[in-house]
Amino acid sequence: MKARLSLAIGLILVGLVLVTALVSLVWTPYDPIRVDSAQVLQPPLHGPHLLGTDGFGIDVLSRIMVSAQICVQVGIIAVGIALVIGVPLGVFAGQVGGWGSELVMRVTDIWYAFPALLLAILFAAAFGSSTGTAMVAIGLASVPAFARIARAATLQVMSQDYVLAARACGTRPAAIAVRHVLPNIAPLVGVQASVSFGIAILAEAALSYLGLSAQPPTPTWGRMLADAQTYLFSNPVLALWPGLAVAAAVLGFNLLGDGLRDLLDPRLKEVR
Amino acid sequence: MTSVFTATSVSRLYGAGRNTVVGLDEINLAVETGERLGVVGESGSGKSTLIRLLAGLDRPTRGEVRFDGELISGRPEHQLGFLRQGVQIVFQDPRSSLNPRMRVGDIITEPLRSPLLRGRPGVPVDKAARLAEVLEQVGLPTDSGRRHPHEFSGGQRQRIALARALAPRPRVLIADEPVSALDVSVRSQVINLLNDLVAEQDLTLVFVSHDLTVVRHLCDRVAVLQSGRIVERGLTAEVYAEPQEPYTQSLLEAVPRLPDPS
Repeated sequence: MKARLSLAIGLILVGLVLVTALVSLVWTPYDPIRVDSAQVLQPPLHGPHLLGTDGFGIDVLSRIMVSAQICVQVGIIAVGIALVIGVPLGVFAGQVGGWGSELVMRVTDIWYAFPALLLAILFAAAFGSSTGTAMVAIGLASVPAFARIARAATLQVMSQDYVLAARACGTRPAAIAVRHVLPNIAPLVGVQASVSFGIAILAEAALSYLGLSAQPPTPTWGRMLADAQTYLFSNPVLALWPGLAVAAAVLGFNLLGDGLRDLLDPRLKEVR
Repeated sequence: MTSVFTATSVSRLYGAGRNTVVGLDEINLAVETGERLGVVGESGSGKSTLIRLLAGLDRPTRGEVRFDGELISGRPEHQLGFLRQGVQIVFQDPRSSLNPRMRVGDIITEPLRSPLLRGRPGVPVDKAARLAEVLEQVGLPTDSGRRHPHEFSGGQRQRIALARALAPRPRVLIADEPVSALDVSVRSQVINLLNDLVAEQDLTLVFVSHDLTVVRHLCDRVAVLQSGRIVERGLTAEVYAEPQEPYTQSLLEAVPRLPDPS
């Protein structure tokens, strides 16, 4: 029951983020970029601006909506990079065993120990601050998590008799990886992808708060938080909206991952 | 008769140093063409280790294993095509030996897609035709190929495993406790099916079990394993009638007997 509840809330929140991102592609209440000095710092819920306006007179709701695009984009690319590099590494390590496996795992350990934020700052210094560098940095920082999950799951699959049976009938290691290992580790990797998506969103918010991600005027939740800092005492509610958006998105992906994991846990599954 | 398998002073040790565990200890064994050899022993006696070595899925620590007179121990996988075609295995538990995410048709024809087997003389080329053939031989419905393993009962799943083993037309079948994971009610069906298939197709059978009643029913020769050594071997009838070793005697005495119904 708990798994179902997490899954349901997670799906609703994630769905909300995705729908907002899609809708903002074709419609926002106001222009999310245009500065309007006549409308500066309008309060929320009174007048035409539902969530009020910021220090430049830009509609907050429109900015929140457009930011969802960046957040989804960052999540997909970062998790994609981590998947494409991490899963093959982990599957390889799990399949070959021995010193090859040790080598891969020790390298990912070192990789893990390297702070993600430092990596992002390095990237920003080397290639300039943009959404692109932020996505690549977050993606690379997530690789070890995928490599570990994939390796552990692969080891478990490799101990099954169907892998032995496949070897006994002459199936090559590459075919075993594609035919037997990948389909059977997919659920676990999927859970990790959902959790990593949440982490990527949080990381992107942190980076853009520091100015290391998308550059103005492109709105992002982190950027909006940074802007709201100026008015923290006069208009604290300005910081509330992007904060809520980040929290909802991260919570959504984490609950989704949790729910999926519980759902896939064999101990909780009824015997088929 | 010629030997299909010969194992010469084969040992398999696990671990190293003080933690070494002996899996097999200086085993000598020959499996003759066309015979049905039963390998019996308790769990941990080295039965599974032995068949893994025979099937080329593991390497002996010492000694050599030959199939058809050709050395298989220590040879790289890509040179083992002749072994992979000639020898197939049926594992103990079909819940674990069938990939739950593959369709039954793909599971059964997997040997036919192997680059090691494809193109070897005797290996069927038409996968769909061979699938239909083996499904019929093991008594499964013709539309089974499109379904997944979990849609079948335990006994049916072991038939799927048997069909996969038969698909590349092997000459030797190794069965590792093929019925011990099944319901008692379907065991005899699977054993009889195995018996019929081995007879029809002139297969050499290596049957590993701790169930001595089944071995007596199925095998003409028996080897008794204890702690990694073969302690007794001979014709099934003789060994069962007059066991020489105390270990064999105790195994035979452990067979539960039902009171005569008459």
